[in-house]
Amino acid sequence: MFKPLALAAAVSAVFSLQASAATQLTVYTALEAEQLKSYKQAFEKANPDIEIKWVRDSTGIITAKLLAEKERPQADAVWGLAASSLAILDQNGMLEAYAPKDLGKISPNYRDAANPPAWVGMDVWAATICFNTVEAEKQGLSKPVSWQDLTKPEYKGKIVMPNPASSGTGFLDVSAWLQTYGEPQGWAYMDALHQNIGQYVHSGSKPCKLAAAGEFPIGISFEYPAVQLKRQGAPLDIVLPKEGLGWEIEATALIKGSPKADAAKRLADFSASPAAMELYKENFAVLAAPGIAKPQTELPADYEQRLIKNDFAWASKNRDQILAEWRKRYDGKSEKVAQQ
Amino acid sequence: MTLPLTHGNDRPRNGVALGHRLFVVGGKSLLLSLLVLAVLLPLLAIFWRGFSAEAGQGGGLLAARELFASANFHWLLGNSLSVALTVAAIVVPLAYLFAYALQRTLIPAKGLWRGISLLPLLAPSMLPAIALVYLFGNQGLLRGLLSDNIYGFWGIVLGEAIYTFPHALMILLSALSLADARLFDAASSMGAGPARAFFSITWPATRQAVFAAFCLVFTLTITDFGVPVVVGGDYQVLALEAYKAVVGQQQFGRGALIGMVLLVPALLSFAVDAWLRRRQGEAMSGRAQVFEPKPSKLRDGCYLAIVLLVCAALLAVIGMAVYSSLVKFWPYNLSLSLKHYMFEDTAGGGWLAYRNSVTMAIGTALIGSVVIFTGAYLMEKTQGQRLLNQLLRLLSFIPMAVPGLVLGLGYVFFFNLNGNPLHVFYGSMALLVVCTISHYLTTAQMTATTALRQLDGEFEAAALSLKAPLYKHFVRVTVPICLPTLLDIIRYLFVSAMTTVSAAIFLYSPDTILAAVAVLNMDDAGNVGGAAAMSTLILLTSAAASLLLAGASRGLLRRSQAWRQRAPGY
Repeated sequence: MFKPLALAAAVSAVFSLQASAATQLTVYTALEAEQLKSYKQAFEKANPDIEIKWVRDSTGIITAKLLAEKERPQADAVWGLAASSLAILDQNGMLEAYAPKDLGKISPNYRDAANPPAWVGMDVWAATICFNTVEAEKQGLSKPVSWQDLTKPEYKGKIVMPNPASSGTGFLDVSAWLQTYGEPQGWAYMDALHQNIGQYVHSGSKPCKLAAAGEFPIGISFEYPAVQLKRQGAPLDIVLPKEGLGWEIEATALIKGSPKADAAKRLADFSASPAAMELYKENFAVLAAPGIAKPQTELPADYEQRLIKNDFAWASKNRDQILAEWRKRYDGKSEKVAQQ
Repeated sequence: MTLPLTHGNDRPRNGVALGHRLFVVGGKSLLLSLLVLAVLLPLLAIFWRGFSAEAGQGGGLLAARELFASANFHWLLGNSLSVALTVAAIVVPLAYLFAYALQRTLIPAKGLWRGISLLPLLAPSMLPAIALVYLFGNQGLLRGLLSDNIYGFWGIVLGEAIYTFPHALMILLSALSLADARLFDAASSMGAGPARAFFSITWPATRQAVFAAFCLVFTLTITDFGVPVVVGGDYQVLALEAYKAVVGQQQFGRGALIGMVLLVPALLSFAVDAWLRRRQGEAMSGRAQVFEPKPSKLRDGCYLAIVLLVCAALLAVIGMAVYSSLVKFWPYNLSLSLKHYMFEDTAGGGWLAYRNSVTMAIGTALIGSVVIFTGAYLMEKTQGQRLLNQLLRLLSFIPMAVPGLVLGLGYVFFFNLNGNPLHVFYGSMALLVVCTISHYLTTAQMTATTALRQLDGEFEAAALSLKAPLYKHFVRVTVPICLPTLLDIIRYLFVSAMTTVSAAIFLYSPDTILAAVAVLNMDDAGNVGGAAAMSTLILLTSAAASLLLAGASRGLLRRSQAWRQRAPGY
């Protein structure tokens, strides 16, 4: 008598357990590793029935991974990837357009123009020069204040910048110089800068790390590692060149064909919500939703005004051509030096 | 060639024959299908990618012609070749002298030197390069010793030399481990000096291993991007170009094309290896006496000096990397702390990644060693199925030349293909194990083959003439004889699995993230100290496993390898 009853109870218990078990959402991200914990906690607190599984890597690798998996996507959503990368995924028809609940609060510059948008911005990161004051004194270097300053002969071999072919931050720099100076002058500027480059590296934050460690006194990087390293006590000055800063949007998108589309949409809702902006403001000075950001003491109050007018459509469309030209000119630097 | 026995034509009786054929033909067929699935098809997926002219992917015949004709490509190819040739020219002679010192001289503390020389195997390949930057970079400890900083050609050569040294050493140690004392006795009784004896006995018996080691170092160097990424500066190489094309530009086609170019050295060395094989007789007969070196102060002194020099250099490099993981903020705050080891506070995988790596390494070592050693035995020691043998040899030679990144991408293309029933394995631990075994197949197999080739074919002939099925002979005779080699293979696979990153980076899922990937993630996130700490943890784990296996090896040697000693009273 008892046995079937106990069995039924056990079975129903298992089912109810399964029903209450959280949906696992696979989320690809290029966010800085130390940001992930608080973002995940906040989202799961607001959505207790969903659990985030992160796949984190640098912008280039995550983008390459998503493209490689085009036929059979593994990710349900992307939370924190460069908008220019998301634009490439969108061109490949891999994104599910969706208008999150708080889309109205997002500034129109910081979202995909289509309606509903393929991606929605979170925050902005921008070009920054990291300048090591201890090494500058040792080597008698003056502090640069503009992009043009970096072409002075005194910096020969002292500057590191990310290779645009592998780094999203590197591409952001090149695209910004071409837009600020116009194409022929932009390349002429890079020709001059090239004479001073000690090394092109493959990640956007590495130049700042190298500058912080004094390995090379000047690093062309972005503001997040600069602020973090300065807070850790690195002897850095954060230089924001007066001609204006190239920048990029960190954004959220849904992957087309995900079997967990409903949960993914709730992630997109959360990512655009004021609660999420409260999280982003701890790390970034410019947010996609205006009026929430607080100034960071390491950065000037007019930081957002220093961003250049950035044409993402142009940059995304000409990406291959720009990279080909860049590689033709500067890749294989040692060869040209040897031939001179 | 002119063996008195015609055992190839001997047909064992029915019951035995069935088991025999099942072992030989079945084993080879199973191995072939595994290799087809784990090596060939993923590679074909790369070829398909390389020649498909999908827009923006940099692939297709037109793009191929353009790439191969460009000055930039020629420059990269020239750089890759000169780095790989320089590294091989430095590492192989050095590793030969080192192996000779350990196997054929009476220098003291051989176990210690051997342990130190294998240290670079125990950590991710970026570790020696990072250490070189800390030693010879602009803020390096020994910066004053060099006129220019380390970045560039010599940085890559030094880093790769350290990274490949133990790989070459493993092959040469194995080749020099067996020698027939009777030949040396005969030589000295005929008045031949040590030099004469070396060139007429030792060199002919080991030159094929030297060639194998040369090929291995060459292809390992030409396909590695870990060292050039860290210490190459603007001196670029092909493997790095493939990495950049795929990761930075999402040009899978271009990456696949360069990957194909990097396959050429492996195919060439396969051809030469096959040619050398035909010329090489069997070195060790069933009646061999184990060679014992005679004391010589001068010889041992010279070799000890070489060994000490190499070990000091290796220790300095590894020690520097470990030290840098303990420094708070290089170079401005040199106080020591364990803060980089607090993985809970930093994302990137942390302790889950570490546990996964240990699981993956155990799976790879156990499954891989059984499959690879059995396969090598079947290829070397059985008659017939020549075509099958050639095919197996070709397939198992290929992984050495495939950069891990390209292999990993091939796995993504193949196992994530629409309609592939094997898709369920995508992102699983099982696929990581398969991929890692495939990636490291060649060295393990070369080690097995080198040891097996030194066993006389008469052993098999004897087994067959006694009507003993081959699998029994294999389990009861060959495996015990080759146990030291087998344990070497297990150890090699374990540490390779602990340290691999390039193939796994495209294959892990959140549940199966690995420690070496976490190293990369942490480094990428700016947590260099954490990356160094995780590397050190990998190093310690690999070292502990190696010591454990070495202990087991010693215990087993005492029990099953007594035949290597001279008979008492001889």
